[in-house]
Amino acid sequence: MKTDDLIKALVADTATNERPVARTVGLAVAGGVVVAAALFLWLLGLRSDFGHAITHDPRFMFKFVFTLGVAIPAFLLVRRLARPDGDVGALRWWLALPLILLAAAVLIEMYVVPPDHWSVSAMGSMPVACMENIPLLAFAPLVAVLYALRNGAPANPLVAGAAAGLLSAAIGGACYAMFCVDDSPMFLAIWYITGMAIVTAIGAIAGAKVLKW
Amino acid sequence: MDRKARDAEWSQLMRAAIGGDETAYRRLLADLSRALRAIVRRGFGGVSAGPNEVEDVVQDVMLAIHLKRHTWDQGKPIGPWILAIARNKMIDDLRRKGRRTEVPIDGMLDVLEAGGHEDAIHAHDVTRVLSSLNGRNREIVQSISIDGHTAQDVAARLGMTEVAVRVSLHRSLKALAQTYAEQKP
Repeated sequence: MKTDDLIKALVADTATNERPVARTVGLAVAGGVVVAAALFLWLLGLRSDFGHAITHDPRFMFKFVFTLGVAIPAFLLVRRLARPDGDVGALRWWLALPLILLAAAVLIEMYVVPPDHWSVSAMGSMPVACMENIPLLAFAPLVAVLYALRNGAPANPLVAGAAAGLLSAAIGGACYAMFCVDDSPMFLAIWYITGMAIVTAIGAIAGAKVLKW
Repeated sequence: MDRKARDAEWSQLMRAAIGGDETAYRRLLADLSRALRAIVRRGFGGVSAGPNEVEDVVQDVMLAIHLKRHTWDQGKPIGPWILAIARNKMIDDLRRKGRRTEVPIDGMLDVLEAGGHEDAIHAHDVTRVLSSLNGRNREIVQSISIDGHTAQDVAARLGMTEVAVRVSLHRSLKALAQTYAEQKP
């Protein structure tokens, strides 16, 4: 086929327009959140003192500051990386912010809690459940976001996949936090981060496989 | 024409094309094919690339531009978006051939300013690309592209609805893009 012939075929296909990729990503994330929330309510449910803790317990509130603090820049990042000319840019600093806040919270916790109690804070009551449930809840958002990215044209499939993983992990983490009774920033720094890192790694590996175009 | 003016013109044509304006799209693609030829040649730099190889990549890039045009942020200049796609496809091509995978994009935009326009050097016939399509799909693509028929004509001749022809064409274009991606050197 000559290039001029190809042009004729492309022009004949003018009408088949797809939705702008940013909107596709937005819809995928919304769908992923709904499924994750439904799965959460079905399997786990809110912890019994949720209403009180969310208004009175700063450590409980901080779990959402952290997870949503990751989710929002990760969402913006995924939207950017869905385009061939997208780059991480200044978003790296917004992604670093929740980690800096978490580090500060851990330091405050270490200052407030006596050293012989640190291990209790760090281990909490259900560390393994946290590492299992975050990937479980993150699964639907990850599939949805990767699907949306396939509709896009990410310049770097591995990095775009990792961003999708991070976003899904943050959604899973925010859901799980509503059930989880371990509120210490130390617990967050070890177990939430591990669970979220697993999802991010899965996203990167899957992205490298499925996001080529 | 300087870079800004050309970018503005291409952006406007692409916006019109996304709005369904076939005339604008035809103009844009014709313009792009000439610019891309210069860009791809420049991108290959020292690597010896025959006209066929260059033309292959140009077609690969144009298919990608077409199939991924919804990833262009209409509020931004279109030039960097086009170059990002071209660069990506050039790297893929070099990687498939086991060559270096660095493609310098510095200066690529200057190619445009320098009036870097090249017409297709010769009739490059990629029958192996078309032959990847099955019977009816290939017939539809061929009728529309090589013979220059409209979707409506093709539909009447094959006893299909126009919508079915358009769907088949769109699928075939996706399949062609896949074929380029899997091409062996």
